[in-house]
Amino acid sequence: MKRLVAGGLWLMVVAWLVGAPLQAQVTFDRLLHAAREPQNWLTYSGTYFSQRHSELVQITPENVKNLEPAWIYQLNSREPTSTRFEVTPVVADGIMYIVQPPNDIIALDAVTGRPFWTYAYNPSQQARPCCGRLNRGVAIHEDRLFMGTIDGHMIAIDAKTGALLWDTTVVRPEAGYAFASAPLVIKDKVIIGPAGGEYGIRGFLAAFDVATGKEAWRFNLVPGPGEPGFDTWQGDSWKTGGASIWLTGSYDPELNLTYWGVGNPGPDWNGDNREGDNLYSNSVVALDADTGKLKWHFQFSPHDEFDYDAVQIPVLADAQWQGKPRKLMYFANRNGYFYVLDRVTGQFLSGKPFVEVNWASGLDPNTGRPIRIAGRAPSAPPGTLIFPGNQGGTNWYSPSYSPRTGLFYIPTWANYSSLYVRDKVEYVEGRRFAGGGGRAPVPGIRTGQGGYSWAKPEEGYGAVRAIDPTTGALRWEYKMSDLTWAGVLTTASNVLFSGSGEGYFFALDARTGALLWKSQLGATIRSGPMSYAVNGKQHVAVTSGSGLFVFKLRE
Amino acid sequence: MLSFLIVTAATSMALARAPAQAPAQAGGPPPPNGEQLYKQNCIECHGPEGNEVPDVDLGRGRFRRATTDPELIGIVLRGIPNTAMPPNNFSEAQASAIVQYLRARASRAAASAGNAANGRALFTGKGTCTTCHRVNGSGARTGPDLSDVGRLRNSTDIERAMLEPDFAVLPSNRFVRIVTRDGATITGRMLNQDMFTVQLIDSKEQLRSLMRADLKEFAFLERSPMPSYRGKLSASEIADLVSYLVSLQGGGVQ
Repeated sequence: MKRLVAGGLWLMVVAWLVGAPLQAQVTFDRLLHAAREPQNWLTYSGTYFSQRHSELVQITPENVKNLEPAWIYQLNSREPTSTRFEVTPVVADGIMYIVQPPNDIIALDAVTGRPFWTYAYNPSQQARPCCGRLNRGVAIHEDRLFMGTIDGHMIAIDAKTGALLWDTTVVRPEAGYAFASAPLVIKDKVIIGPAGGEYGIRGFLAAFDVATGKEAWRFNLVPGPGEPGFDTWQGDSWKTGGASIWLTGSYDPELNLTYWGVGNPGPDWNGDNREGDNLYSNSVVALDADTGKLKWHFQFSPHDEFDYDAVQIPVLADAQWQGKPRKLMYFANRNGYFYVLDRVTGQFLSGKPFVEVNWASGLDPNTGRPIRIAGRAPSAPPGTLIFPGNQGGTNWYSPSYSPRTGLFYIPTWANYSSLYVRDKVEYVEGRRFAGGGGRAPVPGIRTGQGGYSWAKPEEGYGAVRAIDPTTGALRWEYKMSDLTWAGVLTTASNVLFSGSGEGYFFALDARTGALLWKSQLGATIRSGPMSYAVNGKQHVAVTSGSGLFVFKLRE
Repeated sequence: MLSFLIVTAATSMALARAPAQAPAQAGGPPPPNGEQLYKQNCIECHGPEGNEVPDVDLGRGRFRRATTDPELIGIVLRGIPNTAMPPNNFSEAQASAIVQYLRARASRAAASAGNAANGRALFTGKGTCTTCHRVNGSGARTGPDLSDVGRLRNSTDIERAMLEPDFAVLPSNRFVRIVTRDGATITGRMLNQDMFTVQLIDSKEQLRSLMRADLKEFAFLERSPMPSYRGKLSASEIADLVSYLVSLQGGGVQ
């Protein structure tokens, strides 16, 4: 990784010398080598390896205390009360692209935060996303931007003018399908899958031609008759099997494989009518990026009854494994385990709990399959107490891997449990199809948006946990009083950024977890921080409440 | 007059963007029906096609004395002294409904008057429109993207824009010329501005954000970079282009 650091620095110096960056096309080659231009942030997770790690080094553990707001963008949405502002911006050559809820794309000057233009999208009244009328970001390729909408369209717009280029109707919002995640561009295709795991959708991943919007391939995440894995579903349960996509996948160009985490089976909490493993729910799938053909899959939580979506970011790393260099995937799962997989074959290498787990006694050392404990399943009220609780040991907020420290950083819900209740369920198109739920064992301990907390320290708390991925051992923990909804960003200068439920945006020393700096932004931090540089100045951006906050060093 | 036009254009744009949200007037009287009012009150002199008064063709947007909606509404209400056009006892809303009815007819007429396919060929060929304009991903970005211009502006406006480009320019399509302190000259289409900064897309299609403090000169161009096509294209070619542009309704490549 030394080369990347040095290379990144050198390129940055060049970029700084020439002043305002010239806007060039964001070619596939640039996406492939995004780490070489750390002044830009070209995909949801920063690079195809999805490490949410920046090679920028201007902000250091020593000077991070001098951060101050560069600018703030406040939502100017037709839905002004929305606080589900979960976007990770894309920055290319000094222009920042964000999505304002529900589906407005805005081009901002990355220096001043002033908008160049807004593309306003009017979603259908039929849209019924489960968890907020939100969007986590765009993908960029050449001079096009791509977005999935909450009413099931994929659209492309001109990155310079915001003019619509194509609009493809992909799925039916009235049946509960929605797009929430940022798509991923690979070569000449843009890939996404639908959310809707609480509505009995049948999930899939699909690729669209970047120029025309025509569907190029589709992989069914719930196999139909004749497809491998169909026999993991009882009766007709596959038709409403869930297996949604609501975060962005990763890509290994050498293998030409793209990796995506897949959501829960439907109905979430009542598995009675879907006996079987329910593939490919709660799995990571490795697909050929050109054809969408399945190369391998690994299912973390077969026949899930706890809503343990495995949509988390598959983080790719080329690192040592038992003394040999190996193509690895690190995966911190909502089910409470941290996994290491061989990303060439999908072979299970290790899985260790990173939080308290009581639904399984462990993982099979050869296959990684969880060993379920009898009786630990949703039940009639008051329900069954399960660790981790319904939001999981971690969830959609991105983890980070720093090749500098060799540590993997998980936004964690620690010592957290729910009472899982099983309920009757019947499928009606467009209605929730959940079959129960998870309730807090101590009512009212979560602060949510309000900024008040009454939780005892032992009643579940948010944390950044740094683990050694080679052993799964906890190296350090930064404990918060409230639960967290913020992702983690690390930089090559060993600064770690994350945030808390009650609104602190903070910087830690990535080596030790020591608090270096904090700023109260006034509402829950609800995205993964990202970093970019323009005119020679490193910036860090994160959303909180209805604002995008951008910091840089005081001059 | 210019400001009137801009307001009109902006209003029609807002209306065009939200066709589904045209409010049903809950409880109030139904909105006036322009077609009905025309047929009841105007048809006797102007005829069913609107072309029975010399030099006037209401159905095709040809008027002798007025061009803008407010002017037309004024004539409908107050008539034209010393002519056969009498004042009328309409409400403002009724007069406006008649004008909107005539505008819609003119747009439909323009769409069918010319040949849109020819217009498309002219747009990319002889008219050299793509030197500045872009439609569905082809052409330059220095001028406004016209992919949905048929939804935003009516045929009368579009034709006038080709013949008299300076007549009515939307504020969001104004051009500026800037000289920076270090001597660089930048021209481009204004996208945004505030107390301290200016945002534009320049002649090289770069999105630029500049600090006002760094600028030596900053001026809106008095004349649009858009040339007049009067005399450069024939009347039928103009009609073809108008038909093509009216047909551009957005929605991207299907």
